[in-house]
Amino acid sequence: MSTPVLEARDVSMVFGGLKALKGVTLTLEEGKIVGLIGPNGAGKTTFFNCLTGLYTPTTGQVLLKGNVLPGDPAKVTDAGVARTFQNIRLFPSMTVLENVMVGRHVRMKQGPLASLFHGPAYQRGEKAARERSRELLAFVGLNGVEDELSRNLPYGDQRRLEIARALATDPAVLLLDEPTAGMNPQETEATQQLIFRIRETGVSVVVIEHDIKFIFGLCDSVSVLVQGELLVEGSPEVVRADPRVVEAYLGKPPEEVQHDVEAAAAAEEEQA
Amino acid sequence: MSVLLQQLANGVVQGALIALIALGYTMVYGIIQLINFAHGEVFMVASYGGLATFTLLPDDLKKSPAVALPLMFVGGIVVAVVVAVIMERFAYRPLRNAPRLAPLITALGVSVFLQEAVRVFYPNAKSNLPYPKVFPEGNLTIGSVNISWTGIMLVVLSVGLAVILQTYINRSRMGRAMRATAQDPDTAKLMGVNPDRVIVLTFIIGAVLAGVAGIMFGGYLNNINIDMGFQNGIFAFTAAVLGGVGSIRGAVIGAFIIGLIKTVAGQYMPGGTQYDYVWIFVVLILVLVFRPQGLFGEPERVRA
Repeated sequence: MSTPVLEARDVSMVFGGLKALKGVTLTLEEGKIVGLIGPNGAGKTTFFNCLTGLYTPTTGQVLLKGNVLPGDPAKVTDAGVARTFQNIRLFPSMTVLENVMVGRHVRMKQGPLASLFHGPAYQRGEKAARERSRELLAFVGLNGVEDELSRNLPYGDQRRLEIARALATDPAVLLLDEPTAGMNPQETEATQQLIFRIRETGVSVVVIEHDIKFIFGLCDSVSVLVQGELLVEGSPEVVRADPRVVEAYLGKPPEEVQHDVEAAAAAEEEQA
Repeated sequence: MSVLLQQLANGVVQGALIALIALGYTMVYGIIQLINFAHGEVFMVASYGGLATFTLLPDDLKKSPAVALPLMFVGGIVVAVVVAVIMERFAYRPLRNAPRLAPLITALGVSVFLQEAVRVFYPNAKSNLPYPKVFPEGNLTIGSVNISWTGIMLVVLSVGLAVILQTYINRSRMGRAMRATAQDPDTAKLMGVNPDRVIVLTFIIGAVLAGVAGIMFGGYLNNINIDMGFQNGIFAFTAAVLGGVGSIRGAVIGAFIIGLIKTVAGQYMPGGTQYDYVWIFVVLILVLVFRPQGLFGEPERVRA
């Protein structure tokens, strides 16, 4: 078996007394789409933060193509992991095109002085970045809005812009944090097609989502995270049939539910 | 009428000087939300650095302004940049995640430190020191208005550098990185932007502009003393707030407004030049009452 493109080994994250992640292991094979589901406060976003260097895992490690990822977001991006956010985090006062070009930052070479003396190498670099950024905007289906401020875009377009910006870093792995949150069924469908097309370009994808139907229709494999622990992982069919998943999503005795709700609320608070 | 025109011309020159300093305040604030009160002292240190460079020149070069003046610029700017980089690295970077008040107090401390450091080399720095006569001499006379060529040089440098800076920030890779870091530092990091590099670059750019201002101040007024940093720093800070802290265009326009108020009010308002501060702050207060974000600032955003 070839080396997986992304591998999280036994990742734990402790905030004070709260164990947000308890030994989570996840493997992403090249060219696959892996879904990560679980109730609110299960630690999904925390896990993404560990994968991208925003958090340093308390124990465990994250490997990209067999190499341990550095604990620094900028270097993780350079190594080839990009992400989007659950709460959209575009640069609000920059234009759509500029947002994507910031994503190109890591693949451009001009230092502070090169950009001062507009030499030919600088001009070429800027032009190439601009062209690539336009391609990506077209790829995600954002045409004719490149000079708008990103904060003025409709919600669904902002999500697509975030994906274009993440793709601009030339990632090997793309992490999508609730890419269809707040979308209508048509937009959700379009997003699914977009993620398939992203995979066709050779990028492997991890998706966090609450929409179970979306995840089961999209992913090659699904991991279920509950209270910081990996509950089940496997193909959509296996996960769908697992009684523990059914319980986590469809319910269990009221007193246990109450307990879960409190734990989830505490975890959310801790994260915020 | 001719007096008014003359004062307007003087105001433009003073505004140009203040603008060069204000850009450093506004850029650093834009990136790390720090009012770097020591920035005025960077301007002062540059002026003394230029003076020291001149003193160290061999006698025959001192007589040749075409050589001496550029070397003074280089010397002053190098001193300013070195001071700014050390200040960022050792005074502000360790406090990056501390409560906002901590770096602010540190800035005041750095300010006092720099003043006293200059007095180690220039014990009489409290009184006026003559500045080398290597600047363009004579005046441009239009009708009844006289503007010294040094003043015109100052305006040209100031406006020119501001335009270059604006272009740099809007159209270059590092400029985009600076804006991205200002708007959302964590996300910028995830785009591969190294925040330390962006922040130190911001301090360097501010120091270069303050360096130019420091040398031109000496040339325009012929004397320097150690209080120049504090006085002009306050004007520049006020200009940055007036224009909207974080905005390049705002800082420049704010600076020209302050320069004009200073000279015109100094001429016509009761109290004369001794009270010019008062009118500047009256205008500042009025602007902040009706437009708290300043003339060109963006209203404070609430981050989701």
